[in-house]
Amino acid sequence: MRPFTYERATDVPGACAAASRPGATFISGGTNLLDLMKLEIERPSHLVDISRLPLADVDELQDGALRIGAQAANSDVAADPRVRTRYPVLSQALVAGASGQLRNKASVGGNLVQRTRCPYFYDTAAGCNKRDPGSGCSAIGGFNRIHAVLGASDSCIATNPSDMAVAMSVLDAQIELLDADRSVRRVDIADFHRLPGDTPHVETVLRPGEMITAVILPPPPPGRQLYRKVRDRASYEFALVSVAAIVATDRGTISSARVAFGGVAHKPWRSADAEAALTGRPATMATYRAAAETAMRDAVGQGQNDFKIDLARRTLCRTLVQAAQAS
Amino acid sequence: MLRWIAARRRTVLTTSKADETDIEPGLRDIPELSMITLRINGTKRDLEVDTRTTLLDALREHLGLTGTKKGCDHGQCGACTVLVNGRRINSCLTLAVMHEDDEIVTIEDLGEPGHLHPLQAAFVECDGFQCGYCTSGQICSAVGMLAEAAAGWPSHATADVSSSQIALTDEEIRERMSGNVCRCAAYPNIVAAIRVVAEGGPT
Repeated sequence: MRPFTYERATDVPGACAAASRPGATFISGGTNLLDLMKLEIERPSHLVDISRLPLADVDELQDGALRIGAQAANSDVAADPRVRTRYPVLSQALVAGASGQLRNKASVGGNLVQRTRCPYFYDTAAGCNKRDPGSGCSAIGGFNRIHAVLGASDSCIATNPSDMAVAMSVLDAQIELLDADRSVRRVDIADFHRLPGDTPHVETVLRPGEMITAVILPPPPPGRQLYRKVRDRASYEFALVSVAAIVATDRGTISSARVAFGGVAHKPWRSADAEAALTGRPATMATYRAAAETAMRDAVGQGQNDFKIDLARRTLCRTLVQAAQAS
Repeated sequence: MLRWIAARRRTVLTTSKADETDIEPGLRDIPELSMITLRINGTKRDLEVDTRTTLLDALREHLGLTGTKKGCDHGQCGACTVLVNGRRINSCLTLAVMHEDDEIVTIEDLGEPGHLHPLQAAFVECDGFQCGYCTSGQICSAVGMLAEAAAGWPSHATADVSSSQIALTDEEIRERMSGNVCRCAAYPNIVAAIRVVAEGGPT
């Protein structure tokens, strides 16, 4: 690990100012950042510790929305009674991720900016456009079983590893950001993460020194919420494919549907096409299969990960069957 | 080696803060030392650490508390699990300088021969280990896990996350303990030991 100076932030604007300096970065839970610093993939010269800022509360807003402070631990959000009853898909996704120890330390804000687990990103001897722009993508033509089938580019086929963000995607979450100039903006989660294009090292719309201060969940839509994760181990493993769904039915007809996939792209993959193929249709396997075909219409495998396309279709169908039965 | 460290330290102490503000990422090569106070097992301990020092290395290398083990050093094995403000975390993935004012509890404070913690006693009774390397992490993790379950926290094994009543089945124990790896694969007996304590303690 490279040496760095350390400061514990005492106020939010001061932290943004400190983190906008060259070489500086925020640290919160540190569960991903320190892992990468040990490997010298991340090499900050100054750490601004924001973990003790008063940004860990979960508050109900007047319009019925829920505001989750960015410093709230993943485990606290998963266990919050309001999240468990009104946004169960978020609780389900959070407890499907990482381990008990990591969820106690990892923050909501940090979860949103965690880096990919592509093994070539971690292997400093390999080319990786995300870690070292211009050095090539070793995953293309390499071991790419866990890689993206949607939205990838010739520069990068990495996936976003977050479960939480997939659930937030179907909940239409907004990310509240505070800039070093003290301006506040809200970004839809759909626009927060970027596709790789030819700049895979730029993963979000965050500006230097800009801090995630909260995630706002609008009042939940009607319907049953479900998160289903498929992985190589039963626990403590990243998704090969996951599906978050919210489905409402009325006398056998799907009245509204929201679906998003995890593990298949550089960002949570909300499928408006699949939602359109479900809404107003009978809640039958034929409808689910048609929606699954539509959702994966543009999917492209890399060889070893071709199975993910069919796995994503089947995982969506299985999730929809379960959601529609109970809604 | 000690002379080298002393020389480096003088360098640090004579470097003014003003010189350090605009260093580019990755170009800093001077260790930064920091004086901190940690509350460990009920006792305040003053120590001087390189800012890079993890809580795990502070415990083992600076304070001689070697009951906490280093396995993978990347948060994947759970051998380094300690309790911070009553919660289990991986001490390898956090910096010592981030834990001033926290209440840190390690395996050394849970029990000792003759006065074992119920989980320590249950691990002995149920033969919940073979080589023992992961055991202190398993036990600290189980202490934190049982508190989480008692507080009604859901897990991936919980059928209905909206219910606050948690039945600690073997499936729940296994899921909640998945952050602790045992390469001897003593898992059946680890689960049994935790179940004994969850159901009211060893006889």
